[in-house]
Amino acid sequence: MAKSIAIRLVRVATLLIGLSILTFSLIHLSPMDPVNAYIGGDTSASPEQIEKFKQYWGVDKSPVEQYLSWAGSLLQGNFGTSLLYRSPVLDIIQSRFLTSLALMGAAWLLSGGIGYSLGVIAAVHRGKLIDRIIKWYSYTLVSTPIFWMGLILLIVFAVWLKWFPVGLAVPAGVLESEVRFIDRVHHFALPALTLSILGVANVAMHTREKMIDILNSEYIVFAKARGESKWQIFKNHGFRNSILPAISLQFAYFGELFGGSMLAEQVFAYPGLGSTLTTAGLKGDLPLMVGIILVSSLFVFAGNLIADILNKVVDPRMKGAV
Amino acid sequence: MLSVQEGWNVRKTMLLLAASSAAFLLLLLFLGFWLSNDNLRLSVARNLPPSWEHPFGTDWLGRDMFTRTIKGLRLSLSVGALASVISVVVAIVMGTCAAVFGKAADAVISWIIDLFIGMPHLVFMILICFIAGGGIYGIVLGISLTHWTALARVVRSEVLQVKNAEYIQISRSCGKSAWYIARRHIWPAIFPQILIGFLLMFPHVILHEAALTFLGFGLSPQTPAIGIILSEAMSHISTGKWWLVVFPGLLLVVVIKSFDSIGERIRILLEPASSHE
Repeated sequence: MAKSIAIRLVRVATLLIGLSILTFSLIHLSPMDPVNAYIGGDTSASPEQIEKFKQYWGVDKSPVEQYLSWAGSLLQGNFGTSLLYRSPVLDIIQSRFLTSLALMGAAWLLSGGIGYSLGVIAAVHRGKLIDRIIKWYSYTLVSTPIFWMGLILLIVFAVWLKWFPVGLAVPAGVLESEVRFIDRVHHFALPALTLSILGVANVAMHTREKMIDILNSEYIVFAKARGESKWQIFKNHGFRNSILPAISLQFAYFGELFGGSMLAEQVFAYPGLGSTLTTAGLKGDLPLMVGIILVSSLFVFAGNLIADILNKVVDPRMKGAV
Repeated sequence: MLSVQEGWNVRKTMLLLAASSAAFLLLLLFLGFWLSNDNLRLSVARNLPPSWEHPFGTDWLGRDMFTRTIKGLRLSLSVGALASVISVVVAIVMGTCAAVFGKAADAVISWIIDLFIGMPHLVFMILICFIAGGGIYGIVLGISLTHWTALARVVRSEVLQVKNAEYIQISRSCGKSAWYIARRHIWPAIFPQILIGFLLMFPHVILHEAALTFLGFGLSPQTPAIGIILSEAMSHISTGKWWLVVFPGLLLVVVIKSFDSIGERIRILLEPASSHE
């Protein structure tokens, strides 16, 4: 078991190296000059600064040497300096990551819980009206752009009902120290709701399939014959067998979650990692972009790794099969 | 007896549903070419709520939102088609290579697939869009390079199954070349899977295209793309112009759902055994 985890860790490490090579070669292949891209249209950059950029990218060396020196500085935590914010990329990422993480975490838990329950309800009432409603809801949600959902929620709850503010993570014009916790929650509710509404579909459908499989199995037939009630069957058999796949599915969902949070943050002007990446991409802030890309990929790889381990290692029936 | 219903069965219902979805999409496409650009001129009919003359209302410049939406969807559909075709080609090549060229190639390709799956798609698309310098070109490239992975896995496992079938071994011992076998035996056998993969990829591709243009990547603000329409409408939400957001988005959802339903129905028609899942 330790061995299989180790193999997976090594694989993730090679994937991360591959990712950095891919990112680097994409930038290298592109017709633009990294030094120019870094400086942007900024004519105020002094010759020393240009020299520093050239050194950072190692412009005069071969691509392989360039990559190695770039990767080396990444490993030392030197992601370069953002052009837009004029501060080290890593500092910006650190300050934004928590805001994003709160949003994604809340949506993750909420969509997992609701999705799992909906899936179970649909499976237990298979073929009945409620099952069809849940199925229709999930399939429709898969076709719904998350930003449109966000806009609709914004119109209904912020503009018509005025329950929630239109955007931002804290009230405008208020000092950071005076922001109350309730204000944060108030600003945070709509984006989190948007993200969770769409995250539900995936878990719900998979849990439904899984639960139907379980309910069709022989041990359930036997449990029914023993006279267990629906709730007992769910508690004793259904829950244990279906919760783990649902959790690992949620972990594998990190990539979609991050993409979704980029869109939700854009709609609600929520200052997280995603909206920072959008701004960086639009304004051509390459160092910040690369930094966020690497960090977000690390996040997604971690999610996939956890899902993998849960799938293959924690489930005792899989122990021999690794 | 059920003999009354003879001649009408689930298969025909499925066909009918798929055909009506397809007809709907064709109608939209036709409208996209038929509606004149005159409706996009600036006019004095600003900020009108939906009416018979302007089913989706007009925006703050007096442009007819129905025309803008339809034209935007036409763009989405063409970008989606192009990007899906490229992804499918990449998936076929990668999947076939993984299945045919032995263990090493298989390991390398599955590693590449893991790499592409591991990255958040939207993030990677933004990187490619940025590097390609924006424009339709960047969007198509970005989308097609990120959507081939799932289909490549399917192609790989299908090819692996077919590869050792008897008729292929006979064909091989008759001295046919690998290219001949791939073209005449393997690809026809996996064609249904590829068709289904292509159709089910379409909704994702259109969603991602809309997301990219919504974030502001690629296209100039004058282009009637569905994402741009929605992101422009975003700044007019607080003044209560709900129709700018609701209708274009709703039509987009309907289009995506139609594609999804065509893909699903055709999948069921081609694999009748799976219809009860």
